[in-house]
Amino acid sequence: MQKPKTIIEKIWDQHVVHQEEGKPDLLYIDLHLVHEVTSPQAFEGLRMNDRKVRRPDLTYATMDHNVPTIHRHIIKDQISKTQMDTLKSNCEEFGVPLADIDHPDQGIVHVIGPELGLTQPGKTIVCGDSHTSTHGAFGALAFGIGTSEVEHVLATQTIWQAPPKTLNVKVNGKLGKGITAKDLILAIIGKYGVRFGTGYVVEYTGEAIRSLSMEGRMTVCNMSIEAGARAGLISPDDITVEFLRGRRHVPKGEVFEKVAKEWKALATDAGATYDATVEINADEVEPQVTWGTNPGMCIPVSGSVPNPEDAKTANGKDEINRALEYMGLEAGQPISSVKIDHVFIGSCTNSRLSDLTRAAEIVKGHKVKSGIRAMVVPGSHSVKKAAEAEGLDQIFKEAGFEWREAGCSMCLGMNDDIVPAGERCASTSNRNFEGRQGAGARTHLVSPEMAAAAAIEGHFVDVRKFSIPTA
Amino acid sequence: MEPIRVHEGRVYPLNRSNIDTDQIIPKQFLKRISRQGFGQFLFFNWRFDNEGNPRPDFSLNDPKYQHASILVAGENFGCGSSREHAPWALLDYGFKVIIAPSFADIFNNNCTKNGILPVQLTEEETQLLMDRADNENDYTLKVDLENKRVYDSIDFEASFDLPEYPREMLLNGWDEIGVTLTYADKIDQFEAKKQTL
Ligand code: SF4
Repeated sequence: MQKPKTIIEKIWDQHVVHQEEGKPDLLYIDLHLVHEVTSPQAFEGLRMNDRKVRRPDLTYATMDHNVPTIHRHIIKDQISKTQMDTLKSNCEEFGVPLADIDHPDQGIVHVIGPELGLTQPGKTIVCGDSHTSTHGAFGALAFGIGTSEVEHVLATQTIWQAPPKTLNVKVNGKLGKGITAKDLILAIIGKYGVRFGTGYVVEYTGEAIRSLSMEGRMTVCNMSIEAGARAGLISPDDITVEFLRGRRHVPKGEVFEKVAKEWKALATDAGATYDATVEINADEVEPQVTWGTNPGMCIPVSGSVPNPEDAKTANGKDEINRALEYMGLEAGQPISSVKIDHVFIGSCTNSRLSDLTRAAEIVKGHKVKSGIRAMVVPGSHSVKKAAEAEGLDQIFKEAGFEWREAGCSMCLGMNDDIVPAGERCASTSNRNFEGRQGAGARTHLVSPEMAAAAAIEGHFVDVRKFSIPTA
Repeated sequence: MEPIRVHEGRVYPLNRSNIDTDQIIPKQFLKRISRQGFGQFLFFNWRFDNEGNPRPDFSLNDPKYQHASILVAGENFGCGSSREHAPWALLDYGFKVIIAPSFADIFNNNCTKNGILPVQLTEEETQLLMDRADNENDYTLKVDLENKRVYDSIDFEASFDLPEYPREMLLNGWDEIGVTLTYADKIDQFEAKKQTL
């Protein structure tokens, strides 16, 4: 019998083009996603060397990072516009399909890949964006690359990669009622820190993972990079297959059934071993809120901001002090007492239809607390359309939320959507780094439900206890 | 890219851990479409105040560290985004070598593909180097990639590890795509086999 293998090893072995002592493996790439910010220099490099895109048919581009999410065609910032125009002309010149700002398929690259069925189990997927790990939710080996590598993949459809070490993140038991995938991944990073995944590809396993929807799995895999792991994936199962059935780029009819069997066969074999394993009990997980300046600095909503004196090392103490100062928080302050100024529901972590549906359930019949600016930015044009068909836009608008066009928006504030210095934002995105949402902006990462509840109450509340009489 | 064999230069210590790519180059500067000119934006939010004046309390603005080409920092340097603008900014500013106890994976890759040498030393070693750079005037280090060693003119000496492949790329300043294209027939074969599956 063959040695049992993890899904990571199976996908790897299927994609090795060339192997040689003393070198990384040359790995074939099945899907290359491209966006406007990390690609211009790569196309320029091709042009300078008179090279072509080897497989435009395996390449797909969109605009997401700095597209305006309001008044689509008034781009105040000329350089942003140049970047979008450059992507358009590059795609035309090199024959790469593009969902540009007016295209019905436009959206955040990590939302549209799965939506269109481009993302499939067993594929190797790269993109010049660190949250490419999102696609791992489908049992694909998906990772972020830099611009030099973007150029390399455009030219050769391959990448040099050393075989990764494998890490099993095992989630035992079931998540409690009202606990989301976002809370789970924040709790994992809170427990093991922002470096535990460095050098590894993570597979998420266990009962709680198996019961997550595809949207929830994407939220989990999305944040693998926040633990240092370049890729994080989940073995495909029936939930994966049903999500993909009927999507545009997925085979139809009998062929689909055959392919679906192959997909499921990719799942990690019983008895396969990993280079390392960490575990967490799902029933311990509470709704999470980050208090500091990296995603590992998070606590349950019932908790308090840590005290630098409790840090184990001098460096740790400095780090907490600096984070407290930047965030304008006091050691020991209950996180639920922290008042917010902005709410952002969006980003490739939490902007899919089910994210918006769950947030809308909380919001329905309530009003955004006065003084708070709240916005919802759907992850793609088609999420927006679907949400509008269900009347979610009305619920949000009636409550006082702004309802925007698809894009990355306030996740990184490259367009006009920024949080002013010193102001505080409850955000469903994935990074709370200093200055991420704007210079001096203070970001607290939460789930869509927690963000919605915070918008209404004006501070963080435990969504599980959230029941104020409807106005 | 420019080959790196032995590099000698002034050391700039930045004693912080988890320095992320949003700090190395804030996103408002990612909008250019060329690789050049990013150095002026390096550590922008730390280096400059809201009016764009240099912050005297940020050490990179200290004349003592002018023309530094070796950056020594805390663990997990370069975490966050895949933006290659981060190494471009470091390189354009003048840094050729970065020393830290650990690096984020994508950042590490992006460095070696742009002619920046990431050197991983132990926590104690980096701390010692940072202290010396702090206390001495014009503290310099010599980094020898051929022999994978770092030393100063006092008594510091340490060896480091770098996988063979990026080491060769750096030593020779190779164009990686050019190298890969010599395997074009293998890629063709792989695609042909995939087609028939
Ligand atoms: S939504 Fe945020 S994290 Fe996701 S791709 Fe856009 S900028 Fe990156």
